[in-house]
Amino acid sequence: MSETTVDAMTSVSLRTEDLTIRFGGHAAVNGVTCAFTAGELTVIVGPNGAGKTTYFNLISGQLRPSAGRIVKGDRDITALSASARAKSGIGRAFQLTNLFPQLSVLENVRLAVQAQHGLGPVILRSARSFSNLRDEAYSYLEATRLQAAAGLPVTALPHGDQRKLEIALLLALKPDIFMFDEPTAGMSVDEAPVILELIEEIRKDTEKTVLLVEHKMDVVRSLADRIIVLHNGELVADGNPDEVIALPLVRDIYLGMPAEDAV
Amino acid sequence: MSDIAIDTTTDAARGRTGRLIVYAIIGVIGICLFLAPFLFPDVRSQEVAARICIFIVLVASYDLLIGYTGIVSFAHTMFFGLGAYGTAIALKLMGPGWDAILLGGALGLIVSLILAALVGLLSLRVKAIFFAMVTLAAASVMAVMASQFSDFTGGEDGIIYKVPKLFSPATKLLTDEDGKVLRIFGAKANGKMAAYYFVFFGSLVLYLIMLRIVASPLGTVLEAIRENEMRAEALGYRVVLYRTAIFCIAALIAAAAGILRAVWLKYTGPETSLSFAIMIDILLMVVIGGMGTMTGAIIGATLMSLAQFYLKDLMEVASEATAGIPLLPDLLAPDRWLLWLGVLFILLVYFFPAGIVGTLNKKGGHP
Repeated sequence: MSETTVDAMTSVSLRTEDLTIRFGGHAAVNGVTCAFTAGELTVIVGPNGAGKTTYFNLISGQLRPSAGRIVKGDRDITALSASARAKSGIGRAFQLTNLFPQLSVLENVRLAVQAQHGLGPVILRSARSFSNLRDEAYSYLEATRLQAAAGLPVTALPHGDQRKLEIALLLALKPDIFMFDEPTAGMSVDEAPVILELIEEIRKDTEKTVLLVEHKMDVVRSLADRIIVLHNGELVADGNPDEVIALPLVRDIYLGMPAEDAV
Repeated sequence: MSDIAIDTTTDAARGRTGRLIVYAIIGVIGICLFLAPFLFPDVRSQEVAARICIFIVLVASYDLLIGYTGIVSFAHTMFFGLGAYGTAIALKLMGPGWDAILLGGALGLIVSLILAALVGLLSLRVKAIFFAMVTLAAASVMAVMASQFSDFTGGEDGIIYKVPKLFSPATKLLTDEDGKVLRIFGAKANGKMAAYYFVFFGSLVLYLIMLRIVASPLGTVLEAIRENEMRAEALGYRVVLYRTAIFCIAALIAAAAGILRAVWLKYTGPETSLSFAIMIDILLMVVIGGMGTMTGAIIGATLMSLAQFYLKDLMEVASEATAGIPLLPDLLAPDRWLLWLGVLFILLVYFFPAGIVGTLNKKGGHP
């Protein structure tokens, strides 16, 4: 990094510079420059197709940008693979449930814990002999209230529980950048608060950065320190929640939908 | 939620009886193989027993790829053949000694490892179908080479050679008072028995290593890659490296099985260790036994080998027994054994869609 960094940017944990990805002629994410700071929870809003999930995919490495850079701390991670980014501390929970369906719930989390401990290549010891991994995995199941389902295969879980497991995997990776993609979508009214409390917990930690894609306005209002708005792949608004929500532009493109739908 | 709980308990109960049945079958097969020289002392049965031992290893190592990791490869016989030919050529050139087996076997293993690493790193990034094609091409090249370099490999005729004296049928392991070879329950304690136990324990060690691998942290990562490659990557696992690693491990084990085969048969040729027919046998055995189950390899290899060796005999008996009835004797004529093998296979796949072990276990996930 030869660039001089401004004093105010010292706490920047992640930033994207002019980040762009084109599919054919269509720019799904177009020149997004944005910096995220530790201890801050940023909610990314925008209508369907605005490029929110694509932006996430670029940051966590599932997609490669056509142009632009991604910098974590003071390290350019644009060229890193998804696995290397996960190891560098970028953790991602997926919007569509994205788990290991035939494996048990506990095994799913244990895989994440094992990855975090770097024990994947061990071949001469039984996986079960690592009781510390098991205990740690179990603690994440407790945090997400999934302990009763530990032995079940993922396919036997109701949708809401699969979403919780998604979060448990993210916690197990112990990232310093947390990325949640509509974490409470498909959850019942009883289930969502568990996840929101967890996110609230993480937000209090001043060393963690949280990025959250969310549609539900009550969730946005209660959690956001800052809101950024994506529209047609471009960053169109950025600021504190009250200001952004009040912007006419934002009301037009996003909050124009009936309040009942948004909640 | 309560519905699910009830469902899973009955499922679990069914899975438990299924598992017990599987373990019982495995126990019987294990005892039969262990005591094969005593239980079935005739020459043909010995051949079948040794073939079963070797194929269990070969099939299990292939299952590491196709069942556990979701890699489709057609090059498995290539590695099997490298182990067999390495040992055979060394035994032919250096004479029947342990040094030849060690050196030839080691060369076979090393070449297998290098080839597997190359094929893996170069092509495991691409889509499964392309990888399968690359392995098919590599295996074909190897088969052509074995047939062309006939000075070394004996071409289509293969190589006949001698093995260390310990394994020769004339060797007396134990003698009675008269100095003749000792008989234990009618079985001669001769070199053939030593060779069989070399194969048996060699296979057992390799099989135990594989059991260890699938239960290890690496084994879990392999299953994760099979289940959801993209998510495994997102957790921080470098999928290409893991795939290449297991491809190399499976290749080494197949080559080791090839060494056992070469030592047992005292002959190595395309048909015994390199032909595509063996690849198809392996595939059928994996499917019959159940993909992604180590125990499936035992059942699949045993069942298929027994059918290949004894179905003809059985049909001859059946054909004679039905001699008076029209049509049936013709249908049951031993020449039609392949037809019945096909019927048997279709029935097995129909009643055990996930393979015998897979269907019996109906596993409710790993604890």
